[in-house]
Amino acid sequence: MEIPLSFELLRVIWWALLGVLLIGFAITDGFDLGVAGLLPFVARTDAERRLAINTVGPTWEGNQVWLILGGGAIFAAWPLVYAVSFSSFYLAMFVVLASLILRPVAFKYRSKREDPRWRRFWDWALFTGGFVPALIFGVAVGNVLVGAPFRMNDDMRIFWDGSFFGLLNPFALLCGLLSVTMLFLHGAAWLSMKTEYGVVRDRARAYAPIFAFASIVLFALAGAWVAFGDLGYQVTNTVAADGPSNPRFTETVREGGAWLSNYGRYPWMVIAPVLGFGGAALALFGLRSNSEALTFIGSKLSVVGIISTVGVSMFPFILPSSVDPNASLTVWNASSSHMTLFVMLIVTAVLLPIVLAYTAWAFKVMWGRVTTEAIAKGDYY
Amino acid sequence: MVDMTVVELSRWQFALTAMYHFLFVPLTLGLSIILAIMESVYVMTGRQVWRDMTKFWGTLFGINFVLGVSTGITMEFQFGMNWSYYSHYVGDVFGAPLAIEGLMAFFLEATLVGLFFFGWDRMSKRGHLTATWLMALGTNLSALWILIANGWMQNPVGSEFNPETMRMEVTDFMAVLFNPVAQAKFVHTVSAGYVTGALFVLAISAFFLLNRRFVGFAKRSMTVAAAFGLASALSVVVLGDESGYALTDNQKMKLASLEAMWHTEPAPAPLTLIGFPNRDTQETEHAISIPWVLGLISTRSLDGEVEGILPLVEQAESRIENGVLAYDAMMRLREDPDNADAQAQFESARDDLGYAMLLRRYVADPREAGPDLIAQAAMDTVPNVAVMFWSFRFMAGLGFYFIALFGTAFVLSSMRKHETRWFLKLALVSLPLPWVAAELGWLLAEYGRQPWIIEGVLPTFEGVSSLHPTQMIMTIVGFTALYGALAVVEVMLMIKYVRKGPYPDGPPRGASQKPQGGFVPLPAE
Repeated sequence: MEIPLSFELLRVIWWALLGVLLIGFAITDGFDLGVAGLLPFVARTDAERRLAINTVGPTWEGNQVWLILGGGAIFAAWPLVYAVSFSSFYLAMFVVLASLILRPVAFKYRSKREDPRWRRFWDWALFTGGFVPALIFGVAVGNVLVGAPFRMNDDMRIFWDGSFFGLLNPFALLCGLLSVTMLFLHGAAWLSMKTEYGVVRDRARAYAPIFAFASIVLFALAGAWVAFGDLGYQVTNTVAADGPSNPRFTETVREGGAWLSNYGRYPWMVIAPVLGFGGAALALFGLRSNSEALTFIGSKLSVVGIISTVGVSMFPFILPSSVDPNASLTVWNASSSHMTLFVMLIVTAVLLPIVLAYTAWAFKVMWGRVTTEAIAKGDYY
Repeated sequence: MVDMTVVELSRWQFALTAMYHFLFVPLTLGLSIILAIMESVYVMTGRQVWRDMTKFWGTLFGINFVLGVSTGITMEFQFGMNWSYYSHYVGDVFGAPLAIEGLMAFFLEATLVGLFFFGWDRMSKRGHLTATWLMALGTNLSALWILIANGWMQNPVGSEFNPETMRMEVTDFMAVLFNPVAQAKFVHTVSAGYVTGALFVLAISAFFLLNRRFVGFAKRSMTVAAAFGLASALSVVVLGDESGYALTDNQKMKLASLEAMWHTEPAPAPLTLIGFPNRDTQETEHAISIPWVLGLISTRSLDGEVEGILPLVEQAESRIENGVLAYDAMMRLREDPDNADAQAQFESARDDLGYAMLLRRYVADPREAGPDLIAQAAMDTVPNVAVMFWSFRFMAGLGFYFIALFGTAFVLSSMRKHETRWFLKLALVSLPLPWVAAELGWLLAEYGRQPWIIEGVLPTFEGVSSLHPTQMIMTIVGFTALYGALAVVEVMLMIKYVRKGPYPDGPPRGASQKPQGGFVPLPAE
């Protein structure tokens, strides 16, 4: 079969789609994580908690599929990235997994019994299921920017020289905190839009500016660290953009400040960090001008901007190696075959619009503020 | 060489989490369709009781569904976490159906399940019914894509090894999609799920009827379960036979070992009904055989031969020898990709490369293996015959039992004799059996594929991640604790909601709870 798109172009498209999926996850499931993480702060009584939980009750399950799909798409389009990242961050992945297992169960089982101790337990499970993944995803991204300590032999078997606590380096923790504030802002914006006028909404609106400010400050700090800290990698040889997916053809060195070099080469990429800051600022403006829609759009844009910043700063790197830079995974050496990328692109082009259509339908059916009164008599958690 | 402790631990972890996951999946598959059927009757007749049925069985569905979803995330993560070499080696082929599953099926199922539970008062009757059917469709499509992925592990079509990238790559996507093994497995597996759903409804309805509670509700539920269950039980056996037929072409060793057939018998081969396979003597002792049957089932002919285990081992030996040539060529190509001689050698032996990898359990470089090691590696291609033999017999026996059980239920409910007490008791105690059958089915499929993770392509021990056993023990303990606790909570909630029944606040709108003499016509509710 003649494949109508070049391998190089397909690799760039799939690099962009990887970003789209991660952003899709962060935007949709992001407010679910934020709401769950904010639960102990914005909602204190059982009625308040049910109010907060039911803002995401009907839709969190669909939202979570963005993560599953993200995992599946990395597996299919970037198998080496999938293999290296999931096995290397082994225990961290387990912690994420455990909290992601608890979260759906907590949503579903919490209100199935009256016992207050039962409900308190699941409330903590929800908090954990929101806070822990938000933190660890950020920490993981931080470690991707730092470079992960993995090697590869000639059979392309992966070896890992790091440790669980090695993942908790200061820069990665900073990124983890940024991820938490970004998603908690998003959750607070959602809550203020979806709950009835009352204490939960007021508290969410009171917390939101804190997270917005914190996001701006932490994002700026991370940026400064990238500029002045010893972060960054550079490819030193010429790699065929349509070459075989095997890192042994790429030569890479570690080079402080290299993560900023793309902005000189492609100035339009500055849009990404600008959106990161601007979105959070817009959310603040929305809060002051009492426009919940603006706040929510602002927090969304901030999520888009912050995640894209990571992607475009690193291009063409996806996952550099700190102990053996030559094993680093890039857009040109870690993808699936030409054929798989093409077939998967066709499948995505056909199916993704359908997914978006019925997701929009589901959100439309569930449109409007959740009220205590409705919870008391209807089908709610 | 890989650490065999890590291999064993990875296999245990996968087996535990996969079998646990599959406690919830079949019930989700079956109940989703039953819910859609019940709600369709509600929309067509407008009778409230059918709405109540959809909601009650829906509540139990929800308690089960959520664990299926959460434990499914583990499966997706685990390929990368514990089986990273596998993920690299086959991601180009195997990853695609998993990703499509997310995009085409899981998204649909998960988005629509929210509308199913929360949309009752926000949508029109037809709108909600559409959501319910789409949810059921999503659930079943999900099984389709997972089984296309799994079918490829059993029968790796449409792909070939690329020495430049050290992995399998797709050559023919349609072949992967329309893999006959995947198709046979899909229909067999979803039918098994329908049997599970039907027996769940049947057993709990029997429980209500035995206690004379919610009688009208339970009778109707039983009628649905009996009809749906009978059709599914028939199809699970017929289509299971189809997956046996599919084995004759691509997994001869699996077929020979589940029949404990050590030597090739003259066609048509007899079917061993019961016997005791002995690996040391390589005989099946005290066997009771029925002439002709195996040959008829597996080759659909009188003259087709079913090959025995020992002749297959001999074939494996020569494939290993040929595979070493492919390995040698691959190594030479790594030094010099333009070496024409090595290219030709690789081309002629590439299909057996995986067999050379079997030697890596014993030597780092397969080229150093002598005849003894080759013979030993060939013997490794025989799975545990006794386990295969007995699992198959229990699974198939249960399949026939389900036909009888649902057949009886169907006759009784057609004769309006829903309250035949001996049958109700039998139905209630049969509740766990579909799960037993389903787990045995997976044991056959996956344990029976050993020593391969991808049949003939990659040995299981090669697929693991380079982890430390301590890390693995930590996660195994973690999963066991978490899963164990969740299982207890799940069963507790199920029992609580079954006890409560569909009308915890008493019968609705004056519907009679007393058993009706003759039961015709159904009381209007």
